Amino acid sequence: MKYLIIGNSIAAVGCIEAIRSRDTQGEITVVSDEKHHVYGRPTISYYLMGAIAAENMKYRPDDFYEKNKVSLILGVKATAIDAKKKNVTLSDGQKLDYDKLLVTTGSRPFLPPAQGFDKVEKCFTFMTYDDMLALEGELSEDKKVVVIGAGLIGLKCVEGILERVKEVTVVDLADRVLPSVMDAECAAYVQRHLEKKGVKFILGDCAESFTKNSVTLKNSKKTLDFDILVMAVGVRANTSLVADAGGAVGRGITVDTHMRTSLPDVYAAGDCAEGLDSSIGANRVLALLPNAYAQGKTAGLNMAGGDEEYLNAIPLNAVGFFGMHILSAGVYEGECYTVKGDEKIKKLFVKDGRLCGFILIDDFLRAGIYTSLVREKTPLAGVDFEILKHAPQLLAFGGEARKAKLSKRV
Amino acid sequence: MKRIYVNEEWCLGCHLCEYECAFANSGLDKMFKLKGKVGSEILPRIQVEGGENEPIHFAVNCRHCTNAVCVTGCIAGALSKTDEGMVVIDKNKCVGCFTCVLLCPFGAIMPAADGKAAQKCMLCTDNGVGTPNCVAHCPNNAIVYEER
Repeated sequence: MKYLIIGNSIAAVGCIEAIRSRDTQGEITVVSDEKHHVYGRPTISYYLMGAIAAENMKYRPDDFYEKNKVSLILGVKATAIDAKKKNVTLSDGQKLDYDKLLVTTGSRPFLPPAQGFDKVEKCFTFMTYDDMLALEGELSEDKKVVVIGAGLIGLKCVEGILERVKEVTVVDLADRVLPSVMDAECAAYVQRHLEKKGVKFILGDCAESFTKNSVTLKNSKKTLDFDILVMAVGVRANTSLVADAGGAVGRGITVDTHMRTSLPDVYAAGDCAEGLDSSIGANRVLALLPNAYAQGKTAGLNMAGGDEEYLNAIPLNAVGFFGMHILSAGVYEGECYTVKGDEKIKKLFVKDGRLCGFILIDDFLRAGIYTSLVREKTPLAGVDFEILKHAPQLLAFGGEARKAKLSKRV
Repeated sequence: MKRIYVNEEWCLGCHLCEYECAFANSGLDKMFKLKGKVGSEILPRIQVEGGENEPIHFAVNCRHCTNAVCVTGCIAGALSKTDEGMVVIDKNKCVGCFTCVLLCPFGAIMPAADGKAAQKCMLCTDNGVGTPNCVAHCPNNAIVYEER
């Protein structure tokens, strides 16, 4: 059996480990345009802060590929899939045959059209190790930075560079920070915390035009000078390989619960894929690292002849900024139960008798017990939700359920 | 692989396992030296549920799950499984994002005292004690270390 994987990030690791759990002999080849050993993408901001050494960013040990008998082709891009002939063309001209193909091409930064954008001298994105190194090369304590985008990528970049530059101003069209993962009230906690650390925000505004070292905003008409511009307004899934081969794509590559695309023997996983989000009961791109691994694993098991479905994907985020930790999961709908203090807040969302989501800021110990309630859609009638509201604990479950958790192998 | 299992009906709620855990992982030679450090400088990796007035008590630590979601969700590759099946953490790789805290359905992984990385039970293989200190000192066999 010939397995081919396009992409060398977390979904690829999940796929490789899953294939090898079922098939120790098949040929596995990984093709990636990035030249690096697999690394945890979210660790790039921690590297800039000095919180992790470069050698510790490797997501798996040095001998990972060798141990799993994986042939690596790095620094080369896959340019076309021929789903009928079952081969993939690479940018260096070679063609690779496959029996089972995984497309895990990730996403790319979205750069909205704006006048003069091509004139900006020092413009960076913040997705990859190479993006980070390029940005790091420009950092110095006399520089002003403008970050366009107050989402997870933009703000993690801010955390990474703040101590290494003169000042950082963040601009976002939304009226709050982290608009995709926070509600307005919780976002205000995060914004206040970041402002105390010295980050400046201009919200509800966006770039209208650029010069080589300034941006003029659309609503306020303010002009901000910068030495460094970081674009982090959003990402787009890399779907074109599958779309060009005739496969179905939406915002991501459409996959079923087996991670199969509409093309025979072609699977997709990770940030490029649009699979089932059980919290909404529909397909959507969940560009989250744990989801990438789980999708890759599911794909790998099926590519190696298994029959595995991934049915309980939900949105999940754990992110920290300067010592403040924000953990969230699920959807923010239904009745909301809130506990708040000056610097921490907890919100639990209950709908149809189930915990459907939560946001925890600096009040997050044992949060996984909440996550499991969201993921398993556990009816709250069967647990002691009153004590769970106070703190996540296994005491809230019945004796038999607890026995299954603590007295048996799980 | 041997794991730690709970006999809930035998737990007195004495919290001794928490102190024995903290002691085993403290590097200290005498337990009295722990005084004032537990909860601030050293956090136990096992915790007893059930308050003073509750009829039920039990201790919770890492279950070393067959399909460990903390391992497959770790953003840094800091969590892994040994060949025997133990879930271990590499502190040098952990960036302290606490995705593992968000994922563990048992609430058995937590920030270390410095807040910069996560910590978890590694069955006292990482501190020189060799066999779980909590189990060795439980006065009522409410936690046991065995194959199941």
